[in-house]
Order: sequence, then structure tokens, then C-alpha cells
Amino acid sequence: MHTPDTRPRASIFYDYTIHPYRRPPEMDGTTGRQPVVIVGAGPIGMVTALDLARFGVPSVILEQELQVSHGSRAIVLTRRSMEILQQVGVAGPFLEKGLQWSRGRSFYRGREVYQMVMPHDEDDRFLPGLNIQQQYIEEYLVDAVGRSGLIELRWGSKVLAVSQDADGVTLRVDTPDGEYDLTADWVVAADGGRSTVRKLMDLRMEGRSYPGNFVIADIKATLDLPTERLCFFDPDWNPGNNVLVHRQPDDLWRIDFRLPDGETAEQALEPALLSSRIELVLGMIGKRVPWQLDWATVYSANTLTLPDYVHGRVLFTGDAAHLLPIFGVRGANTGFQDGNDLAWKLAFVVKGISPRTLLDSYSSERVQAAREICEEGGKSTRFMSPPTPGYRIMRDAVLSFTLSEDFCKDLLHWRTSRPHTYAHSPLNSFAEEDRAFGGGPACGEPLRNVKLGPGDYLFDHFGTGFHLLAFAGAEGLDDAMRAALRQAGALGVQLGVPMVRVVLAASPTPEMASLAEVVLADPDGRAAAKYAAAPGAACLARPDTHVCARWRTVTADGVAHAVRVAMGTVPGETK
Amino acid sequence: MIAKTLTTAQLEETYDMIAEAIDTAGDGRAVLFLAKLALALGTMTGDPAKVRAAIDASLRDLG
Repeated sequence: MHTPDTRPRASIFYDYTIHPYRRPPEMDGTTGRQPVVIVGAGPIGMVTALDLARFGVPSVILEQELQVSHGSRAIVLTRRSMEILQQVGVAGPFLEKGLQWSRGRSFYRGREVYQMVMPHDEDDRFLPGLNIQQQYIEEYLVDAVGRSGLIELRWGSKVLAVSQDADGVTLRVDTPDGEYDLTADWVVAADGGRSTVRKLMDLRMEGRSYPGNFVIADIKATLDLPTERLCFFDPDWNPGNNVLVHRQPDDLWRIDFRLPDGETAEQALEPALLSSRIELVLGMIGKRVPWQLDWATVYSANTLTLPDYVHGRVLFTGDAAHLLPIFGVRGANTGFQDGNDLAWKLAFVVKGISPRTLLDSYSSERVQAAREICEEGGKSTRFMSPPTPGYRIMRDAVLSFTLSEDFCKDLLHWRTSRPHTYAHSPLNSFAEEDRAFGGGPACGEPLRNVKLGPGDYLFDHFGTGFHLLAFAGAEGLDDAMRAALRQAGALGVQLGVPMVRVVLAASPTPEMASLAEVVLADPDGRAAAKYAAAPGAACLARPDTHVCARWRTVTADGVAHAVRVAMGTVPGETK
Repeated sequence: MIAKTLTTAQLEETYDMIAEAIDTAGDGRAVLFLAKLALALGTMTGDPAKVRAAIDASLRDLG
């Protein structure tokens, strides 16, 4: 019998809510079958559930605990994650609570040797980074899940076994009332780095683990410092290693440092030693102020991924699918993109409007993304945590040069998580047209936001489903574009696919409003320029807002074909 | 100032190649390996003045 802890976790800044376990109907003879069961009420599981709900697909989430997770964990959300949260309608409280930032500074021997400025465009609604404790991330998502009406979150429910056949998956679930079987058409494993589902299915990840342990400690202290990422290389008190400092809401500060080689996690978390090191860090940043420890843990860096995220009717996402280094904020931010890629495809398969093979593109797109992150994150990790004497002396050589030379300073910057480009996706079409554009987002890239006015951005007007952005220009609609817009609307009805037609025009007309769900004025051609779109051009994006086709002169037949390719109902171009 | 002639990707590749070669050279032989590498690269520049500038930059901030 599963007995989850009913005592709120310890924290000096966060009041944990104990959520009620409710006896599931399956224990009282109800035999139902769920379309989708999600294992794990972490950020990725809940965002995936909310994304499925946008398409009207209900889900059950199983969570073994009765409360949100311990510690601030993920803390940095990227702009892309905020855009995904905006898509699922929950960005509000994150913006209210979180601290946005765009700059990092690196120090070596007491001197500032590098400034990292993350790219920010005036057309972006969100800054590149937003710091927020994972407790709040999960709390806001739990609230949204509760409001959705389509998601049942079962607290205190632990998965014991997974079995599947061609028709469905059966999960053996343990609860405070004992065990029961839950049957689902599809199971999404979003149960984190130590995924129970992955272990039960005996799946192995590929890649490597890096030597070296890091401590994360959250302290509450009043420090008069801006929101930015501070990095100290090779401090006197921790030679050869490095220290990172991040500001969080509620006067909480994340301190992250690499342990001397050979030191164990137990030794590093021993209170007196940890305390003395926190004092040294505060001394180093020139702020010897009173502080209290909230939470501390130890982690190490991995670049590991499952080679396939689709195993029969079980689909892996987030840390259950891959373990990525934290440098460049790759964990939750990669997981949100997994969920965003998976949700619409799974929704289409559940609704029967797409074949099951559409899910194969989820695996190929996201495994490739993970592999690229492993490659890139591996480079950052080899710099931050040199795995061999050769890498260590090279790191020291680069740091020494940074005091007098600029040529190798870029090696101090680990690339930050960003949306992956699905350039080779089988869902893309009209490759030649794509290449003929002189700029703008290419096939596989996410759509780009555009500032339309004060506090008013293109993405704010988006809905759920495919988006056809049609650029009408100063002359208004021509016949080809009228036909393409009518076709897109008809496809929505014929194929049951949600379709949002967006017309961007110098001067909107009532006719446009009759042919599109959204009509936006683009008097200065700002949006058209961003998309390198001359009048008559259009851009088709999948529901996760990644471009799957674009045309300099859109046609009705083109739209009809591209939508079917992206739905997986007709094959794309072979590459 | 040493001119930045490599792209960041090329610099990363160079960094990885040399790091792995130092490990290949093995314990106690890194200095000999790096001296040979410096001599070979110096010869490839074809310009003793560039080698002098690289030596001056590399001698700074060793301690």
C-alpha cells in the first residue's frame, strides 16, 4: 500500500499545500478506459495535459506525492517556455511572480572577464530568461489543471507496473486504499529523471555521464543585486571550480558550485561545511549579510537520451526521455518543447483525424533535438566541469587569456536553450518555395513574434490549431489568397482540424474578417518584413507554431496539400 | 591583441582537439607535446613576429 508523506515539505519561504487523495472510481467497479494517462504531475506532465485539453482531449495525471516538488529546481524559464505557457493560457501568474533577465556576467580572479547578453528583439514579448522557483511553476500549473475541466489529477497514485498490447496500456497503480488497474489508449511518461515507467519498461538511455558533482543551495537573504546570472571561475576558496549565482523571487538566491574532486554528496551537504562555503560565496560577491538555508541538493551532468520516445503506446517526455546538462537551462525548457510537440499530434491521433504514424515524427524531431543539445551541452559541460587533465589545462589556459585577450572569450558562454528547428521534419513541404524566401522563419523554425502596438504582439492573437498567416499588403486580398483562405477554412471543416486563419494587411477590410478568424493591421509592413513576405505570401504553422510550409504566392491547392502532409495523412517530400 | 580568426565553432573544435591530444600524450609528456605543437604552429605562421606576440600574450597572467 502506497503511503505518501502527508506532512508539508520543509521550506522557509514556501507553504506547501497537501492535496487530497481521492479514491478512484476504478476501485469501486467502474471499468472505463482513459484516452490518455500522464504519469507525473511535474511541469512537463501538466503542460502536456493542458496542451491536450486545448484540443478537447481529456487526460488523467497520476502523481505519487500529495504536494508539489521539493526545492526551486528548474528556476530559469526561457522565452520559448513562456511562449508555450502563453499558448496554453497560463503565462499570467508566471509574469507576475517571476523575475525576467537577459544578462550574465563572468568573473575570474576578481575581474569581470565576460558579459553574456542573451539576444532580445523588440518584437519579443518575453525577455530571454525568467527566474521562478519550481514550486510556483507547479502550483500555477496545478491551478490551471484544476480549472480546465478536462484533466483529473490523481494525487498519491504510484505506478507499480506497465503492460501493453496492440490496443492499449494497463497501469497497475498503488494508492493509500491499495492497488487498481487503470487502462489507457495512450500513456505519457513525464515522471522525471528517475522515471519509474522507463525503469519498468527496462529502457536504456544513450550518451555519457560526466564526472564532478555540483551543489545547489537556495538561501534567503536580502542582497541588493539585479537579476542576472553571475559566474565566478576558479575562486580562491574553491580552486579550479566555479560558482553560479541566480536571483529568485521572494529574496531567494540560488548558489551553485562544483565540488572539489573526490568529495562526496554527503560530505558536501554536511551543514557546517555547506554553511562555511555559503559564507565564502557571500564574501566573494561582497555581501556578508545574514542568510537562512532553504534547500540544498547535489547533481552531476549527463548528456543522455532514449534513442526513441515512442514505445508502442507509451510516449516519453522531459527528463523521463533525456537527461541534459543544466548549463544553458536545458532541463524543463527542453521538456516544455517536447510536450508542445507531442500534445497536438497525440490529440490528432486520439481524435482519429491523423494516423498513428504522426507520433513517429514526435520521436524523430525531439530525439534529434535532444542529440543536438547533448552535443552542445557537452561542450559547455567540458568547460564547466573538465572531465580529464587535458580539458582542465585547456580551460585554465582560456581563463588566463581572458585577463588580457578577447579572442577566446566566447568559450566562456554556454549556449542557452532555444527552440529547435525541425528542418528535416517529414511534416514540412514545399521545400523549394521555402528556400526561395529571402529571410523570415524557414520550414521547421517557430513563428516569430511581432510587436503590433504597445503591449500588443502577434502571438497574443493566436488560437489553437494550425495557423495560416496570410500577408495581404497594401493592395488587399487577391483572388489566389481569397481561394487559399477559403480552402483553409474548408479543410478545418472537412478534416476536423482546428485552423486559425490570420490575415495581416495594411488596411483591414470587412471581407477579410469574413475569410479569417483574425485580421490584424500591419500598416508599416513590420510583420511582413519579419516574415520576408511580399503581398500574396503566406506561412503555414503547425499547432506548436513551427512553420511547415510557406509560399511567396499562396494557392488553395498548396495549403490543402501542406495541411495533409503536416497531419501525416499524405507523405511529404522525400529528402 | 590576438586577432580572432576562427569562428566560435572552429575555436571549440580546436579546444577539444588539443584537450584530447594532451590526454593522449599522457602523464608527464604534456609539456613536450605542447612545445612541439607550438613549434609546428609557429612554423606554419611563417612569421617570427607573430610567434613573439603569441609568446608575450601567453606569458601574461600565469600565476
